[in-house]
Parts: sequence; structure tokens; C-alpha cells
Amino acid sequence: MSAPVLELKNVAKTYRVKQGMFGKPKPLNAVNDVSLSLGRGEVLGLVGESGCGKSTLAKILLGLEEPTSGQVLVDGEAIGGQDRLALARRIQPIFQDPYSSLNPRKTIADIVSLPLRVHGVGDAKSRAKSVRETLELVGLPARVLNTYPSQMSGGQRQRVAIARALIMHPEIVICDEPTSALDVSVQSQILNLLNELRAEFGLTYLFISHDLAVVEHLATRVAVMYLGRIVEEADVGDLFDAPRHPYTRALLNSVLTPDPSLGVPDTQLGSAYPNPISPPSGCHFHPRCPFAETLCKTKAPRPVPRAGGHVECHLHDPDSTMYRPDFTV
Amino acid sequence: MSKDMTKPLLSVRGLTLDIPLARGTLHAVRGIDFDLYRGETLCIVGESGSGKSLTSLAVMGLLDKNIQRRAERMDFDGTELTRASNRQMRALRGDRIAMIFQEPMTSLNPAYTIGDQLIEALRLHRSVSRDTARARAVELLEKVGISAAASRLGQYPHQLSGGLRQRVVIAMALMCEPELIIADEPTTALDVTIQAQILRLLVDLTKEMDVAMILITHDLGVVARVADKVGVMYAGELVETGPAAEVFGKPMHPYTRGLLRCIPQPGMTERGGELGTIPGIVPSLIGAVQGCAFRTRCPHATEACGGEIPVRGEQSHRFLCVYADGARSVEGEPA
Repeated sequence: MSAPVLELKNVAKTYRVKQGMFGKPKPLNAVNDVSLSLGRGEVLGLVGESGCGKSTLAKILLGLEEPTSGQVLVDGEAIGGQDRLALARRIQPIFQDPYSSLNPRKTIADIVSLPLRVHGVGDAKSRAKSVRETLELVGLPARVLNTYPSQMSGGQRQRVAIARALIMHPEIVICDEPTSALDVSVQSQILNLLNELRAEFGLTYLFISHDLAVVEHLATRVAVMYLGRIVEEADVGDLFDAPRHPYTRALLNSVLTPDPSLGVPDTQLGSAYPNPISPPSGCHFHPRCPFAETLCKTKAPRPVPRAGGHVECHLHDPDSTMYRPDFTV
Repeated sequence: MSKDMTKPLLSVRGLTLDIPLARGTLHAVRGIDFDLYRGETLCIVGESGSGKSLTSLAVMGLLDKNIQRRAERMDFDGTELTRASNRQMRALRGDRIAMIFQEPMTSLNPAYTIGDQLIEALRLHRSVSRDTARARAVELLEKVGISAAASRLGQYPHQLSGGLRQRVVIAMALMCEPELIIADEPTTALDVTIQAQILRLLVDLTKEMDVAMILITHDLGVVARVADKVGVMYAGELVETGPAAEVFGKPMHPYTRGLLRCIPQPGMTERGGELGTIPGIVPSLIGAVQGCAFRTRCPHATEACGGEIPVRGEQSHRFLCVYADGARSVEGEPA
């Protein structure tokens, strides 16, 4: 892997949540000691259930939230000290809902050129040229320039959002569920477009999605998040072909491939997602884990290396009494 | 009540829904036919605007007043739904026909406890005591996998997670032992893990209680895993219907094949490779609609596609296409 373009070092974000009018605020560890590193041109797929901290992590990367502790480095520079504008030149978002992420009262030309105006790039003429080029890049004809978002389909709107994200030539694009609001025929067009753009400009994506088939298709690395921690991270092939963490296995099991000879899978995840304000002791996953033993209730597993990444599970820790080197889930 | 297994529980012929707009009439659903037998699950799959949700609302008689519904036949176990009065429909809904919607928070009343709502669902249709209804509520909450069911009765919807709320909605749908459940995107708002749990529950319960189900979804994975029968809907028509194994194993309509190529299929689609696409957009259904609505996006379209489209295939697996083989031979197998 080349020198990392994006690096997270022990990043944590803790919110203080009030418990009723007189209750003392309790800490909620939305992101808990996350370390990640992304090389240029990589696509890191971030998966996990609602409330696991995926979107908080995205907000930290976009500079919309300050991490409570830890560091985010872009090209080796800590972004904590950088101003928002400088950060925005390098990291841009694409959000889930193209209906609410575009200002309905602005024309497409206004929306796509806004980053240029905010950053004071070029004059009106060069900006107009840049907008036309970027729209062409995302497959939109120049005639949409003076239309409004309401006149466009969902797929076209998402193309506008991509054009707006790319016009400043960022290095990193944070895609937060970019296709989950779209129909399947449109989703595949947008996924193909994201893939082409990455190849052409060497873009790095953080791709957040609940659709594991899409993540498997697009990502080069995958990180599985549970209650604010990355419990397993590996290259896409290693993770999908040989998942180590029982939670990863449960997630992969719940993917419904269009195979009518198979029924609905049993995820074996008994209870519901735990309350993040009072997370389970030891390994946070133990109440839902079919392999949990007493140790899992008392001791949190440490990250141990695995093929292509790391995993946090006692079953894979050589120093643990539960260690089972032959264990594959 | 007769339980004739050879006759469909629900038989729909020529269902047409027109919405008059200022610009002309929107032909939202254009003459669809389907049969549903007891214990069977029919999945209607389609993209936004294909008319799949309107179809389910039409069966339940819950359409907006401005939508004009016509059908040659909409027979529910001997009752002709097109001629049923509002009063008759109210008696059917929630009793013999139950509904489950996408967002459980909007189908539960936030101001009443779970218990009140479950008990009311039964007492509206049956003259049973509160205690009997309460016992039934507890029994069903346990059946849908809710722990400490009796203590949940006093809770309000906002105190439950999304997955639990959808379980409560399912329990409520089952209170009167319905013969038909209509579920419109019941798991779309849920996490994948919870989606699998809820779908499993629906499949198990419908089989166990011999309930027929119409499940409306846009997710081909859900369809493949849940359906006995599939209806692929495009621009207000069922362009292909048939047993799930046949529709997925040998998709005949070019649109069905196009959809299957659009989704990445683990183990089959090359990682990072190019996905199939369906170029173009859904045509406007305002004003006169003629010929095959998919022809503007179909790679095999010819002049004949603008004319009358024959129904092809055998009795159980049918599709609408000018090509006798749905242009399969020209195209080869979908990836």
C-alpha cells in the first residue's frame, strides 16, 4: 500500500447524553478508539447497523464534529489545526438523500459552482467552464444547468451531488449511503460512475453502506463497526471469503442474494442492538454472540492481526484461553 | 366459512387505476391479473412509480377518492371487492385482510400503549372480553419473538426499537387470524440483520397459520428468498409473473433480466467490475399509453413493440413481449 492519504489514530468521540431533567449526563462513546489508514485510490467500505457510529465517523472526517481524542491525518498532516476551507478542498461528501442534500431554490449551475465561489476559485467565466466540464464528467447534459433539483430524477440529483463534490478536485470522497435512496437500475449507474471516477482521478472513497453486496462490489477494504469500535478490518476478499468475527459472519449471513433456492437466513443474533449509553461489559458483542463464553463478559478483546487486517475477538487472540487457531465462522 | 383450496383466495382480473390530473389522465395501473391461493406468498417487485403500492391499496379499498378503480374481477373468497360497500370493506380490513406498512412508527398510535392497540384490533371485529383479548395479545407478542410480553403491553411505541415496533405491527396484523396479509415494504426501514429476522418471522408465521401474503418490495433479494410467486411490475403492468424459481432461474422479460444484471451478486459479479444498467427513464403514463412501456429502454425494441403486445408463456409463468422467447436467444443468459 502506498503512503496513506487518510489516517485515523485512536479517534474517539464521546457525547454526553442527559438522562431526564435531573439525571446526570452519561457518556455515549459514539466512536471508540478507531484507527484506520487508507491509501490513495482505495475504497474503504464501512459497514454496521444503525447507531454503530458510522455517520459520526464520517462527520469527524468532514470536520463537522471535533473528535474528543485522537488524530485525523490527511497526507500526514493533522486536520485538527487546519481550517474548514482547507479541509473541504481535500475531503468532500456525497450524502444518501439527493432530495434533501440539494437546495431546491438554486439552479443546478448555482449548486455545482458554489464550492468554487466559496473558495474564490477563478472568475465567472472559468467557473462556468469548470461546471460544464464537471457535469459532463458525471454524465449530465449542459441543458440541466438552468434547471432546478425538483425537475430532476433521483439518479440525476445524485449525479449533481457527485459533481458538486468533485468540482474542487478533492482527494477523498466520503460517500454516506450514496445509493440507498435510489432504484436498482439507477443505483447500478451511480456505482459504475463512482468506480470510473475513482479510476480516472485516483480518488479515495470512504464508502458507508448497509448494503453488503454493494460494499463487496465496490470496496477494496472493509471495516466492520459495532458500538463505536472497528471489530474487524480486512481486504475485501479476505473479509468476505473468510470472515473471522462472529458479528461479521452474522452481517454477511443477513445478505439476501437473489437465489430462490435459499430461504431467509437465520442470523443467530438473538437480542436487539444494545443501548450505546450502557454498553455490555467485556466484549460489547457478547450478548448476541453464539460463541460467547464467560471471558467475553469480563474482558474486552484486543485487536489482533488477521490476514489483511485485524480482528477483535478472543477466539482469534493467541494469548487468550479461548484461542482457537482453526476457528472460522 | 368454506376453505376451498382449489379456488384462489384472491383473484384479480383487469385491475386498472386511473388518476385524473390537470394534464390528462395518469394510467397508474393498467389491467393487471393475478391469483393468490391460501398459504401462498406473492411478491410484487418494481421500481418507484411502477404502481405496486397502489395495487395493494386498491385491494384493500384504501385508495384516495380521486383515483378511479376498475376491474373485471376482484374476488376475495366469494366477496366481489369492487362492489363491496365501505362498511363491508371496513369489516374485512384488519379482520380477514391485514396490513403491514413500511414505517412501523406511523402505523402505531403514539398516544396509546401497545396493549391498548393490540386489544382494540381484536375487539373491533370480535365480541370478546378485554381479558381474552389481552391474553391473545400476550400470546402473539411471544409468537413474534418479543420477550417479557406481558410487561410490554403497558409500553408506548416510542419506547421500542424499530425492529420491535415492526414485530408489534405484525402481532397486531395477526390478532384476528387473517387469511390475507398485505405487507408493503415491511423491512425497508430496518437494518439488514433485523430485516432477515422480520422476514423469517413473516415466512414462518404465514406458513404455520396458512395465511396468504402479498409482499410489495423493490428488493430482488427479498423477493427471491420469500416469494412463492413473483410479479414484476413496470409502468403499471405486471410484465412477468411466475413461480419464484422460474422467474429467477429463467427470466423471460427483458426488464426482469435487466434488473437482475443491475445488482451486484456475490460470487457471480466480478468485484469492482461494471454492473449492468437500464438506460433511459420510465415513460410518462399520462395520456394514451400504447404498446410495450419498456420499449424506450429495451435493447431489443422494434417497431412491433409499439403495437399490441401478446401474453407469452405457459399458464404459471407468463410475460408480455413481442418476442416469443422474450429476446432471450438474442441476449444470452443474464450474469
